[in-house]
Amino acid sequence: MTGLIQPAPVRRSIDVKVSQKRAFEVFTGSIGAWWPRSHHIGGAEMKSITIEPREGGRWFETGEDGVECDWGRVLVWDPFGRLVLAWQIDAQFRFDPALTTEVELSFTPVGERQTRVELEHRNLDRFGDKAEQIRGQIGAPGGWTKVLEDYAGYSAD
Amino acid sequence: MAYANAAFAALADPTRREVFERLAAGGKSVGELAQGLPVSRPAVSQHLKVLKEAGLVTQEAEGTRRVYHIDPNGLGALRAWLDQFWAQALEAFKAEAERQGEEGE
Repeated sequence: MTGLIQPAPVRRSIDVKVSQKRAFEVFTGSIGAWWPRSHHIGGAEMKSITIEPREGGRWFETGEDGVECDWGRVLVWDPFGRLVLAWQIDAQFRFDPALTTEVELSFTPVGERQTRVELEHRNLDRFGDKAEQIRGQIGAPGGWTKVLEDYAGYSAD
Repeated sequence: MAYANAAFAALADPTRREVFERLAAGGKSVGELAQGLPVSRPAVSQHLKVLKEAGLVTQEAEGTRRVYHIDPNGLGALRAWLDQFWAQALEAFKAEAERQGEEGE
């Protein structure tokens, strides 16, 4: 296909004033405490998020109604330096078992009780099917224009 | 469409949104974009730079012209959204980690 764009991985880094071990523990064990509550996929309000501490473990949300919704799974569990998660949430923020993108976290000590946490979210081209739908909407009535109108309403909220 | 909406942080500026909407209708050069807009060509270039950095538009050389398009695969918007999302999530993680501190050691 001409014009095919391979999107670069999203890379982000942040320095946290805790030890490497603590950073890893809070990232994984307390994810329900820090995850932006506006971003979840269950029908009910989000009660907690769980990353099962082992390779192959589940990564899921539990709603206030007790319903569990999968987000993905643990691909690499290597405390306290490295974690790779499968992010299986599609462009509509729904779980899609056929979609696997990878989120890799590395935790590197950069001083006493200071840790650099680097994140890479890769394989973004695998969102391609959904992106195809988005492309189909470009220029169509209700396509990008609608999205932009929605955005304008959203940012005005 | 909340997911897509959040991709458009770069579009909060009305002129930039106008530039993006014009590109949605087809590829254009800076000069073509500037026609009919109440801003200078350098200002249009600046808006394009922001849109490019957000991954929302791409640029191709056609002869001596540089023509701008919106990302034909629609992945740019998704990528921009994820980039912004992870920045927000990591900030929230940092705040929680530093709030908890080294307790439990």
